[in-house]
Amino acid sequence: MESFTLTHPAATPLAGAGRQAIVGVVASGNLEVLAERTAQPDLCVVEISTAADGFGEIWRAVILDFVERAAPGGVRFSINDGGARPDTVLLRLMQAARALQDATN
Amino acid sequence: MSAVASCRAASWLEASARARVAGLLDQGSFVEFLGPEQRAMSPHLRQFDLPRAFDDGVVVGRGLLGGVRVFVAAQEGRFMGGTFGEVSGAKIVGLLRAARDRAAPSPPDAVLLLLDTGGVRLQEANAGELAVSEIIRAIAELRHAGLPVIALVGGRAGAFGGGGIIAACCTALVISQHGRTSVSGPEVIETNKGVEEFDSKDRALVWRITGGRTRILSGAADRYVRDEIAAFRDAAIALAGLTPPPFACETLRAAQTRLVARRERNGACRDATELWAGDGIDEPDQVPDLTEDAFIALLSARSAQHDRR
Repeated sequence: MESFTLTHPAATPLAGAGRQAIVGVVASGNLEVLAERTAQPDLCVVEISTAADGFGEIWRAVILDFVERAAPGGVRFSINDGGARPDTVLLRLMQAARALQDATN
Repeated sequence: MSAVASCRAASWLEASARARVAGLLDQGSFVEFLGPEQRAMSPHLRQFDLPRAFDDGVVVGRGLLGGVRVFVAAQEGRFMGGTFGEVSGAKIVGLLRAARDRAAPSPPDAVLLLLDTGGVRLQEANAGELAVSEIIRAIAELRHAGLPVIALVGGRAGAFGGGGIIAACCTALVISQHGRTSVSGPEVIETNKGVEEFDSKDRALVWRITGGRTRILSGAADRYVRDEIAAFRDAAIALAGLTPPPFACETLRAAQTRLVARRERNGACRDATELWAGDGIDEPDQVPDLTEDAFIALLSARSAQHDRR
């Protein structure tokens, strides 16, 4: 298991007013993403706990790509990963950002 | 089509625990207890270098089912096989005890258990075994108080080990074709008794022995539904509206008498098809291959056989 936190400046706060959303499931090749609006509005924080050791560089590249695509300012994404592929990670992050945007909680 | 409407048409088997709860209950009525943001996670999995889940694989809360106040617990069968661990087990125990105590602000009139489990989580087995026992005790207390406790089984993991016992302790069990219930799972039986006794890789055999069609025909389940969230919802609404049989000695003795008779009648059978043949079903070999429409028609043509509870 490896755990690390990545923080990126985000151009704009994520739209919508939902406070939290969760997508995905912790299983082999899958992951869960909990999105909470608890970061500074100009930052995106991603906390990762992964079963696959030694892929930090790939995580950094995927998270940077995600922050540039989604501009999820103000959001903390917490990830429990069961060894998902990078494309699955990106899709889940996009899904979590959208779910938070649409959430009514 | 709204998100919830599409949720209800969706397959129960394929849905996550959260999607099942959202589609099962009245739209927007679910209020989660101890949600993922609380991060009540397993204190043990880290020691085994295994990933944790923010809800430890169990969603608990309250909501409305056809306007009736209910408490609900749903296991996520894809996380660690939906197993009972220290936290996931305690969440269900706590929910059942809160239901027993008619906790404010929304004391429930029924409890729904969406079981999807291989049983106790081996990495935290002592806590899991205790949780299973406490759940069974809490169900007995709820039944004694006259509250229906309805088990819904149609997930990939089925309801095995302690989950199979819990399903059998509820006031009613709703099952789909894909749902399976038993105590020892196929791999466990094969490991202990040999492949000649039970070939766990023979999926057709596994479903003939443990699957939903067998369980409803033998009277071990009360309702058979299509693999749709809406179908589980309709069955749960119907069952939550029934007055459960009294949880008294005579009820249990009658159940015991029926089970002893069933064992005497079927004890020598080697496969479910032999049970069905003895039960007067035409072409028993065809039962597993019937379409859902044909199987449901077969069920409705049979007289009600309440072989449980």
